[in-house]
Amino acid sequence: MTSAERPRIGLFVTCLVDAMRPQTGFAAIALLERAGCAVEVPMAQTCCGQPGWNSGDEKAARDMALRVIEAFAPHEHVVAPSGSCAATIRDYPELFEPGSPMRARAEAMAAKTWELFSFLTDVRKWRPEGVSLPASATYHDSCSGLRHLDVKAQPRKLLAAVKGLEMRPLPGSEVCCGFGGTFCVKYPAISNAVATEKAANIESTGADLLLGGDLGCLMNMAGKLRRRGSKIRVTHAAEVLAWGEKASALGEEGAA
Amino acid sequence: MSAAPELHPETRRPARFKAQAAEALASPRLKLALDRTAGNAEAKRGAAVAAFPGFEAARVRGAAIKDHTLRHLDHYLESFAARAEALGTKVHWARTADEACRITVEICRQAGARSATRSKSMLGEEIGLPHALAEAGIERVETDLAEHIVQLAGDPPSHIVWPAMHIAREQVAELFAEHHQTPQDPDDVPSMVESARRVLRGKFLGADVGISGANFLIAETGAVCTVTNEGNAELTTTPPRVHIVTAGIEKLVPTLAHAMTLLRLLARSATGAEITQYTTFHAGPKRPGDLDGPEEMHIVLVDNGRSKMLGEGLEEMLRCIRCGACMNHCVVYRQIGGHAYGGVYPGPMGAVLTPVLQGLKESRALPQACTLNGKCAEVCPVKIPLPTLLRGWRIRSWREGLEPTTVRAGIGLWAFVAKRPRLYRLGVKAALPVLRIFGRKGWIEKAPLLGAWTDQRDFPTPPRGGSFMAQYKAGRRS
Repeated sequence: MTSAERPRIGLFVTCLVDAMRPQTGFAAIALLERAGCAVEVPMAQTCCGQPGWNSGDEKAARDMALRVIEAFAPHEHVVAPSGSCAATIRDYPELFEPGSPMRARAEAMAAKTWELFSFLTDVRKWRPEGVSLPASATYHDSCSGLRHLDVKAQPRKLLAAVKGLEMRPLPGSEVCCGFGGTFCVKYPAISNAVATEKAANIESTGADLLLGGDLGCLMNMAGKLRRRGSKIRVTHAAEVLAWGEKASALGEEGAA
Repeated sequence: MSAAPELHPETRRPARFKAQAAEALASPRLKLALDRTAGNAEAKRGAAVAAFPGFEAARVRGAAIKDHTLRHLDHYLESFAARAEALGTKVHWARTADEACRITVEICRQAGARSATRSKSMLGEEIGLPHALAEAGIERVETDLAEHIVQLAGDPPSHIVWPAMHIAREQVAELFAEHHQTPQDPDDVPSMVESARRVLRGKFLGADVGISGANFLIAETGAVCTVTNEGNAELTTTPPRVHIVTAGIEKLVPTLAHAMTLLRLLARSATGAEITQYTTFHAGPKRPGDLDGPEEMHIVLVDNGRSKMLGEGLEEMLRCIRCGACMNHCVVYRQIGGHAYGGVYPGPMGAVLTPVLQGLKESRALPQACTLNGKCAEVCPVKIPLPTLLRGWRIRSWREGLEPTTVRAGIGLWAFVAKRPRLYRLGVKAALPVLRIFGRKGWIEKAPLLGAWTDQRDFPTPPRGGSFMAQYKAGRRS
């Protein structure tokens, strides 16, 4: 089969999905395969380099970028179930001298890297079929995906195809949840104040589920909601799209 | 409502950001004020932008106007100075804040000034003009209503557009009752405004010198544009014998038409209004036949680090037109307000500028205190890539060794392990079961080393079946 018919995708698992939420990774594989892709998981991958990049350690970020570029060299597209990690990869060219051969490779890497929902929708023009979840849900737009990669309509288009799922608008859905990667441990008090407001907004929707596309933000919001005693379940939208009512939520020991 | 802890103006510093932020977070009154004022500004800006279909195009044009002017700054500065002098304005050049203050105080002395009215200017705050005037024994009268309030309170501004946004109207009533020496009703805001008007009118007419800032300097005409909603700039600059403008060199625009483009962006971005109540172009002192106006007009053009920004990758920050939209939309500012930042300029734009003004060593915390969510850049009327500039400071801070050893060690360890996939997987494999020990019903409520997280929120228990990579390697596919 030619690659145009069945593109060869390298799944960028992301470190959080790897360690904390394998189901999200398997859901991403399922969705990409249903969308007609051949999915591979390069074993040389670890992290996109964001902790270094956001802390100002350019060298560490560059070292990571070199490894990621190498690990995904054979793939036509690289897809991550995270806007934040995909956005970091899109930043790779900034780490290399303009005009240098590595810069060109970083640009090629950036150009072929996609956030999962954006890839399924914008590139594959795919919609889920036969998935149902009789529940109400609201959606948080994680900042990197939203502002760096224009991910806003895509997850909603995909979720609209889930039978029985009622989507409710989230007040302040585009406002940062206060996670911010290392920010949440560097400035926990400020992060907590931001997350508290976010949790109150989520609760105000009365939805059964909070969905999103970035595990870091979802863990932050889910952890805050639980600490407040809220019953709202939180999960990555990829899992709902892949498994519908069989999807589990963060903190539930489901299929893992 | 519990009493707000006192924030101490004399000890506030960028280096004490974390402690100052903690104080601010403990003040429900501050949070209420932030939500009211900045929240209101956010809503009004949203409506104004939605009602102006050309907003995005104006942003692109606004950024281009600023970039062009900054690229040819020497040309436009010379042109502005020549035109201004032709109008009879005296032009002074100040390389530093101290020089700017010295020049301004000297003009006041030459004029034999005992009192000076001042219309709100952040540049004046930046160069420390209030302090310099006090040292010279010149009475300083802040004429912007909010500046009047912070002057009475002995506070610095906490926002670049609403300097007194941290002060509730009940506190204003107390301040006015004491200083205006008339009883005040905190529920009758118009009568409090009237009280300030009465007190300030006398000061406007009695001042020897009026000091203003500038929103724009028009190179083509030598005019200085100020915008206010209270008319206090006009009353500051017209009745006194001497008008002094202190302005940063980045305020230049080539022509009046360019200023107009930026004005459309400024008013909408700051307050959500289509235009400010007062927009005035001050073009030289009183001419023969003029009924009013100052006898002398001076312009102090201040560099104070700006020309250095041009060569150091901070050019884009010089586009800033001081609208305050970035702070109104910043999740961090909205929790802690302006004083916590400890510098003159708060919020995202302040986190970029304070390291320029006070050094990165003093202010390294500010660029770190940001989630890099990008909202500030999204609303900036001149498209300043604020997160990119903040990241630039982080890179410099790292290079210069200013980051704490704990952070360096943490990132160092992460990088060492993340570069070695086998070691990384072993690490994950070892860590997950340890973490799982602390899990109860799927969540960790407390665990060693997780305190920064679990003090405030729960942490999901890691998966029972091991990491994704381990499961994938073992053959799991769905």
